[in-house]
Amino acid sequence: MAEAPILEVKNLRVEFPTRRGTLVAVDDISFSIAPGEVLGVVGESGAGKSMTGAAVIGLIEPPGRIAGGSISLAGRRIDDLPYEEMRKVRGREIGAIFQDPLTSLNPLYTIGRQITETILTHLPVSPAEAQQRAIGLLREVGIPAAEKRIDHYPHQFSGGMRQRVVIALALAANPKLIIADEPTTALDVSIQAQIIALIKKLCCEHGAAVMLVTHDMGVIAETADRVAVMYAGRIAEIGPVRDVIKAARHPYTDGLMASIPKVGRTDARLAQIDGAMPRLNAIPRGCAFNPRCTKAFDRCRAERPEPMRVGNSDVACWLYDAGQGGTR
Amino acid sequence: MSTPGAPYIEVRGLARHFDVSKPLLNRVIEGQPRLILKAVDGIDFAIRKGETLSLVGESGCGKSTVARLIVGLYKPTRGQILFEGTDMGSLATRAEERALRKRFQMIFQDPYASLNPRWRVADIVAEPIRAHRLSSDPTEIRRRVDELLRQVGLSPADGEKFPHEFSGGQRQRISIARALSSNPEFLVCDEPTSALDVSVQAQILNLMKDLQRELGLTYLFISHNLAVVFHISDRVGVMYLGRLVELADARALFENPQHPYTRMLLDAIPDLDMTGRARTPVAGEVPNPLDPPKGCAFNPRCPFANDRCRTERPELRPVANGGVAACHAVEEGRLAAAPRLAPA
Ligand SMILES: Nc1ncnc2c1ncn2[C@@H]1O[C@H](COP(=O)(O)OP(=O)(O)OP(=O)(O)O)[C@@H](O)[C@H]1O
Ligand SMILES: Nc1ncnc2c1ncn2[C@@H]1O[C@H](COP(=O)(O)OP(=O)(O)OP(=O)(O)O)[C@@H](O)[C@H]1O
Ligand code: SF4
Ligand code: SF4
Ligand SMILES: [Mg+2]
Ligand SMILES: [Mg+2]
Repeated sequence: MAEAPILEVKNLRVEFPTRRGTLVAVDDISFSIAPGEVLGVVGESGAGKSMTGAAVIGLIEPPGRIAGGSISLAGRRIDDLPYEEMRKVRGREIGAIFQDPLTSLNPLYTIGRQITETILTHLPVSPAEAQQRAIGLLREVGIPAAEKRIDHYPHQFSGGMRQRVVIALALAANPKLIIADEPTTALDVSIQAQIIALIKKLCCEHGAAVMLVTHDMGVIAETADRVAVMYAGRIAEIGPVRDVIKAARHPYTDGLMASIPKVGRTDARLAQIDGAMPRLNAIPRGCAFNPRCTKAFDRCRAERPEPMRVGNSDVACWLYDAGQGGTR
Repeated sequence: MSTPGAPYIEVRGLARHFDVSKPLLNRVIEGQPRLILKAVDGIDFAIRKGETLSLVGESGCGKSTVARLIVGLYKPTRGQILFEGTDMGSLATRAEERALRKRFQMIFQDPYASLNPRWRVADIVAEPIRAHRLSSDPTEIRRRVDELLRQVGLSPADGEKFPHEFSGGQRQRISIARALSSNPEFLVCDEPTSALDVSVQAQILNLMKDLQRELGLTYLFISHNLAVVFHISDRVGVMYLGRLVELADARALFENPQHPYTRMLLDAIPDLDMTGRARTPVAGEVPNPLDPPKGCAFNPRCPFANDRCRTERPELRPVANGGVAACHAVEEGRLAAAPRLAPA
């Protein structure tokens, strides 16, 4: 990577102390995102995708905590900032789109008021300009009759429209880094295309970096430059989007790709990876995927694989250990 | 009470309008009229027993409102909902209504809002069992809850936890387990898998199909993911601005869509094969539901619109794919058939 990354995460670890012992939700992960780059993050639900995003924006809810590693934004460490300072960084430099649109919207205020306030807090504009910008943003995310709907309350919008309002809110201050946690999950394909175009535009025009968490491989295929696949708190595979989608290397990624329904395919059942991801308090020894992996061998049950360079990707799987003479 | 031969669920002329005006005083001061949003504006469909009907359409077109009307969370502004031929609106007593309603369950679009944060997962899942007095034996309830948690890919030990201890997709699995707990016959699923990763999604869709085969469940399914809809549905209804514009067998609809909006929707399916085909987003502005276009509501975005489309509203008529569609151009034979090759 020629340019210095906007976001650099090194050996991040997120823990939840509980009565039953410490749960490790994010276990020693590292990645970076360059200016203008979209990193897609996919993986099993519960794998730690949202937690990674929450760590970056400094919003892990106690008792959860960052227990190790570092997070830097444009070269400056942000994981150890005091709360007030982090709050400023969050609105101005990092825009966050959460998985749950309701937590980001205050039910008591009109959406217009919420967006204008964000703009006024972070940008040097007049209230009238803020109002204009708010209407413009709502239009950009595809809210019809934006100038009227700006006076409505969150509960008066459909699920997908609320999500678009949240997106408008996140983009309000032109952030450097956008953390988008399933921003298009509740949206239909056409609005999805619009939102993705909008995110891409921000990326290109403002050189913003985007971390895009989604379950939708179609969205990943179209939007992401690189993809990280997470499983049980770790990155199983990270690499260029084409390599990950078209030539998955990690057996988990492979299973994931196979289970996607496709228009025109009429199999009665979808291919599925049997079993479930392990509980965080019962991660198996060795590779966390080994109980479900059809390719597992002895070493997988004893030693934990670290990311290994395979082509342009990093893959945490013993099949690719040079000494092992794997099956690539 | 049920009428033999009647569809399992039928809606007739179903409508729901919302008053979204500002408070009276503001309206008087600002001289603004009352604002009525016609979220669902007169739709008809029927679902046979053991069948899956899906509703698709742009965000805000009224899908969730239909779902909420059917399970009784909203009262219709107009129209009827018939359950095995019995008009739900005609039920005289609460007891009668309860007896019918316990055969329905709904999985909500938003797994965050629909789980009580102060309850343990086991109690959340057991709630319909208790509410409908299906069992009062704690051991039996516990056994059932454990089984359900396993079925949706969670573990019995998760029953002791609270919703906030779970990720989004895990919470959606809890709401699915809850919906299944009272052995409903009819499930209304509003985006049940959109919060799930594709591997859990595959497990849930397979589970839904297995349950349908084994127990004869009937589903009303709502999803934005057209590949999921193709996979799960027997029939598909396409909604636009509060109305149905096309309804047909799933295969026929995907292979031979008739309504111009359906065609656009199918062209907007994202391309996973990365062939470099840019998807064609549905063109034009999303219409304003507060002031819907006259005539055919799709006319401002439709490449085939003419004067008739701008004045006269098209009604659903039988079309070439064996279903029905509401479009003047299709009816007049102005539209070339545009068969689609379903990418296999
Ligand atoms: N308050 C908490 N206490 C204990 N464990 C928690 C808590 N919050 C989350 N977890 C656990 O942390 C793990 C990671 O959760 P996270 O929300 O990051 O998952 P995710 O990858 O975003 O999943 P999804 O795709 O379903 O949203 C999950 O296994 C979850 O059960
Ligand atoms: N309680 C309400 N009060 C006022 N307007 C409402 C209410 N509920 C829904 N609406 C409006 O009704 C229309 C249809 O909403 P609905 O939630 O049914 O859409 P949807 O098709 O489910 O959309 P999505 O795909 O985004 O979930 C929207 O314009 C919405 O703003
Ligand atoms: S390390 Fe072993 S168990 Fe893990 S994914 Fe690779 S082959 Fe499977
Ligand atoms: S009725 Fe006219 S405007 Fe409406 S979809 Fe058909 S051709 Fe287009
Ligand atoms: Mg998440
Ligand atoms: Mg909805």
